Amino acid sequence: MSSAFFPLLRRDLGQLLAGGRRGGALLPVLFFLAVAMLFPFAVGPDGPVLARTGGGVIWVAALLAAVLPLDRLIEPDLELGMFDQWALRGISEELVVSVRVLAHWLSFGPPLMLAALPASALVGIDGATLRTVELGLLAGTPGLAALGVMVAALTAGLRGGAALGGLLVIPFAVPLLVFGAGSLATGGEAGIALTGAVSLVLLAMAPFAAGAAIRAGRG
Amino acid sequence: MQECRLSASDLACRKGDRLLFAGLSFVLAGGEALQLTGANGIGKSSLMRILAGLAPAYAGTVEFQGAVGMVDERPALDPHQPLGEALEFWQRLDGPADAALARLGIAGLIDVPVRYLSTGQKKRAALARLLGQEAPVWLLDEPLNGLDKRGVALVEELAAEHCRAGGICVIASHQTFALPGMQMLELRDFAA
Repeated sequence: MSSAFFPLLRRDLGQLLAGGRRGGALLPVLFFLAVAMLFPFAVGPDGPVLARTGGGVIWVAALLAAVLPLDRLIEPDLELGMFDQWALRGISEELVVSVRVLAHWLSFGPPLMLAALPASALVGIDGATLRTVELGLLAGTPGLAALGVMVAALTAGLRGGAALGGLLVIPFAVPLLVFGAGSLATGGEAGIALTGAVSLVLLAMAPFAAGAAIRAGRG
Repeated sequence: MQECRLSASDLACRKGDRLLFAGLSFVLAGGEALQLTGANGIGKSSLMRILAGLAPAYAGTVEFQGAVGMVDERPALDPHQPLGEALEFWQRLDGPADAALARLGIAGLIDVPVRYLSTGQKKRAALARLLGQEAPVWLLDEPLNGLDKRGVALVEELAAEHCRAGGICVIASHQTFALPGMQMLELRDFAA
């Protein structure tokens, strides 16, 4: 069963990463940069205001960018019958989902952290704040990936599943946002640690919740 | 081929409020084949999914020994990938099976994206995946759909070889499937 890990990861990365057939990593990153670019236009060129709110904007943009690929995470494989074929080979839904969380995170987490560098220049935040933002994103994006895969599994096969998925992710992502963006206000590591804790809870839940959702949907 | 056996006892299937069939039992040992026949919507595909363990039975139990391979209307091949790569993914899980491609007449298509293949070609590809899996129990749901005459003959030949080698074949089809010694099961006899 563990021998299935690398073939699955290889396939998932081929589909989710840049140049992959499911939209690639480029789209969320461009979306993220577009939001970061729009913000100074909307708020005006007031440096201190931008610097004070910029970190929060980067967080909100990251959250919205993570919602974009939701409908491509689980549903296409259900329609293709991949999950049935894996089940026949004794490859559990939990394993498939764990691999997908990893691949999904690799396809948007590190690219967003890189894109946060130019974004931070656009909103004019200083180096220390940028460091807090980056650490916060490192702690928080795995949780966002787990949440995304979980919600994608729950809404797969539903009509309007994509829009519903986005609506479901946002409230569940509030703890990540509160602690992640909150660490900017306090400047301390406590916020980042709590973000990491929320991420770990989501990561621990995701394989079982999503696996159960896929099995229940099979019926 | 590893020892195999498939038995169903007192199976019933319910879809929504409708009981599709009830009291269905059979036992298949290695080398035996069974064709499920019946009109559209009578529950052939549902029975196949229950036999494969992919759907719960409303009543009754299924027991099998040996790995199960299944071919249904979904080829389970990534539509955007060239056929060769899509099959390679399964070969990484199941082990290499290059001989199957030539045998099924799709060796020349490995560079063609799966979405450009015809229904019959996709069916052949799905059969290549099944051969690579080397499972002793075959569940074939409408295996002849979309296949031309030579394709039909080929599938019948593959099923016959599989049974001769000690495997089990369960075929759900409303079309005639020529396989020596095959038992028939008409689902209408069990309709509730």
